[in-house]
Amino acid sequence: MRSPGLTVPASGSLLIWLAAWELAGRAELTLLLPPISAILARLVEIAPTAAFLEALAITGEAFLLGNAIAILLGVPLGVLMGRSRIADELLAPWVDLFVSAPLSALVPVIMLLFGVGQTTIVLTVVLFALWIVVLDTRAGVRGIPPSLLEMAACYGCGPWRTFWRIHLPAALPEILTGIRMGVIRGVKGVVIGQLLVSVVGFGQLFEIYSSHFLMEHFWALLLTLFAFAVLVAEGLAWLERRVDYFAAARH
Amino acid sequence: MSAAALRPVETPIRPPIVELRGIGKLYGTVRALAGIDLDFAEGKLTALLGPSGCGKTTLLKIVAGLVRPSEGEVRVAGRPVTGPGPERAFVFQDFALLPWATVLKNVAFGLEMRGVARAEREERARHWIAEVGLTGFEQSYPHQLSGGMRQRVGLARALAVDAPVLLMDEPFSAVDEQTRRKFQEDLLELVARQNKTFLFVTHSIEEAVYLADRIVLLSPRPGRLAGIVEPRIRRGGDPERIRRDPVYLDTVETIWRGLKGWVE
Repeated sequence: MRSPGLTVPASGSLLIWLAAWELAGRAELTLLLPPISAILARLVEIAPTAAFLEALAITGEAFLLGNAIAILLGVPLGVLMGRSRIADELLAPWVDLFVSAPLSALVPVIMLLFGVGQTTIVLTVVLFALWIVVLDTRAGVRGIPPSLLEMAACYGCGPWRTFWRIHLPAALPEILTGIRMGVIRGVKGVVIGQLLVSVVGFGQLFEIYSSHFLMEHFWALLLTLFAFAVLVAEGLAWLERRVDYFAAARH
Repeated sequence: MSAAALRPVETPIRPPIVELRGIGKLYGTVRALAGIDLDFAEGKLTALLGPSGCGKTTLLKIVAGLVRPSEGEVRVAGRPVTGPGPERAFVFQDFALLPWATVLKNVAFGLEMRGVARAEREERARHWIAEVGLTGFEQSYPHQLSGGMRQRVGLARALAVDAPVLLMDEPFSAVDEQTRRKFQEDLLELVARQNKTFLFVTHSIEEAVYLADRIVLLSPRPGRLAGIVEPRIRRGGDPERIRRDPVYLDTVETIWRGLKGWVE
């Protein structure tokens, strides 16, 4: 997002709300809400600074690493739960618990175990993103027509190959939905983790900006994160639409 | 089924390629199949016919090695069945095609699983795609094909692995009537040309009599052997003639009278 005069927002309602924000900011109703134009100008100003870029890099690293771990763990776990009743009965209560639990409350526990640093933040992202990936993958695997698995068995497809050749592609639409939702939760995870740890990345900057009442800086940071989350979600939604015909072709 | 209407079970001249001995199946406490003893002669098409719930599909899946029998033993070419094997290929009622793979890849799937190199399996797949009349659709996806064409893909996949035993689970029930008739004619031709053994599950009396050298009748709940009919219909020549053959009509009538009791 650049200056609002140059960028035409995709949706009209966004434009209206941005205008309202601008007016509210100009009216100086509260110190907490500077005009959007000032925030964007500030963003352009702080974006090239070393502190911001470093925060961006370290946040991006935690976010990507955490999501990668969540996907690499979550997809096989979901397939396992979708395939095996024993595994499902063993794990489902935990997955159900974690998918709806207030996970922020667990971050201090991770912090105690893994210290105040990047590891804790990566694990927080995993904690936030993992469960929905597991649940959606499991739902996808359960939706696979039994005849497809029988067909694979008939033609001598072993369990490992069935995982790669049948389960993964057949459950791909659900897996991608799970990943998209996991990634969105992962944004929450990285922000909450950094805020609670508050000596790393954007968490540290947030801490500095808010304690010094640098509201333009604070909002610039927040908007960056929001824009990032929306971009990631939209990108994955686009990918999902590309494999949509799968779902239509299934029974 | 009145015994008079049935011919005695004939001893096949060649050794049976598929043997069922005392097959029974229980799902929990529900008995699906009981005491099935059957032999299937090489090169013949046998129809497993019965009303829904008679366990005919279960029996076919037991032969396929997809379902374990609770009792009894299945032997294929003399060897006991413990799971699916390369000497059996299956054609599914709902086609069971990979929606993300082209016709060529679907047909080549069984060969790929058997480790046949890409060039060879694609060549063989193309051959069978042509055999089932789908030349030109190699790069199409299943969702771009009609139901009948999809089942042709399923049939080509089963034929491509060159298994001596073909197991067909109501393969034409999900296609429209005209396509089904054409399919049945093509299948007869295939049976005549290929020295393969076909086990064909159907709930259609007409289909069973039209196609089968031998019809195995199963009674419902639990599925038991209710009788065996061997219609002496002259095959070969015009396949349309079969439907007007008095033997065909009589056999359909006889079987219907026998099955009627179970429908009510």
